[in-house]
Amino acid sequence: MHIMEGYLPVQWSIIWSVAFLPFFIWGLKGVQQLITQTPEKRMVLAMVIAFAFVLTSLKLPSVTGSSSHATGMGFGTALVGPASMGIVGTIVLLFQVFLLAHGGLTTLGANAFAMALIGPMVTWLVYQGLKRSGVSFRWSLFSAAVLGNLATYMVTSVQLALAHPDAVSGVGGAFSKFIGIFGITQIPVAIVEGILTVMVMNVLVSNGFVHIDQLFSKKGLVGFKAKEVSHEVN
Amino acid sequence: MKLINSVKKQNYLLLLLLLIIPVVALWLGGDSEFGGADGKVVDLIDAQQTAYVPWFENIWAPPGGETESLLFSLQAALGAGVLCYIIGYIKGKKAAMEAASNE
Repeated sequence: MHIMEGYLPVQWSIIWSVAFLPFFIWGLKGVQQLITQTPEKRMVLAMVIAFAFVLTSLKLPSVTGSSSHATGMGFGTALVGPASMGIVGTIVLLFQVFLLAHGGLTTLGANAFAMALIGPMVTWLVYQGLKRSGVSFRWSLFSAAVLGNLATYMVTSVQLALAHPDAVSGVGGAFSKFIGIFGITQIPVAIVEGILTVMVMNVLVSNGFVHIDQLFSKKGLVGFKAKEVSHEVN
Repeated sequence: MKLINSVKKQNYLLLLLLLIIPVVALWLGGDSEFGGADGKVVDLIDAQQTAYVPWFENIWAPPGGETESLLFSLQAALGAGVLCYIIGYIKGKKAAMEAASNE
């Protein structure tokens, strides 16, 4: 989903960086809270980053004949909440900028805004909405991860369209061209992400590491204490 | 235990589903090379009538495909390593607790 280095004009690169900055600071506070609490929470954070590393490295072939990758943001949002995901996403993006030349520093703000902010936000809202309307835990989680992934690419397409409007059809025309590239390609990839998210969460829940009710809190694992959970299982 | 068994079964089914998707994609994609979607976006921008010149370039890029795949594998290995280490820890801890409570 990365917008390549240099492919956003200077003004857009500044706008998206400034737009993401407050959420980055919000995320720093979230992460700080996580790591100053129990060691288990630090472990959860490590797991969330690790999951995102794996998923962003898998460039999956899609039905359209091009490849795209998952984001791993949905899984993390469930565990550490949307705020901390701003930092997790930025770490993953920076790794790819420096070592793989995917994405870039001038497009970091825009990419982080799409992947580390909107993706987790959409995931969080979809989960809350579905769960409240009585949808089962696994379907809610699956849909939240899938839609979070799709939302990220939607935002990327908007960002590209704003920066590179079509000479004839304007921003709207450019948007439909960009979403044409990402859209259908991304659907199977998003479904893969949804399935993987449910699978790993299944392992965590069935081993009593987290309880379903603890997932998707705003700040991430409020009241999370691994020992208590283990007792509940016994 | 019943709960755990049903979750295991569900995960095997999900794994099967997971494998089907890329396989079907490869089949439907025909003789395409499955290039990255973000690369196609770059092609599209480059093809626009008003030529856009990228104003900044990556500080460092892997010299070739081999180094790039090395770094991608490294990323996946790091992630999978940490993830599976923690899952192993969780499972081991649960087993130890169960053993302790059975005594």
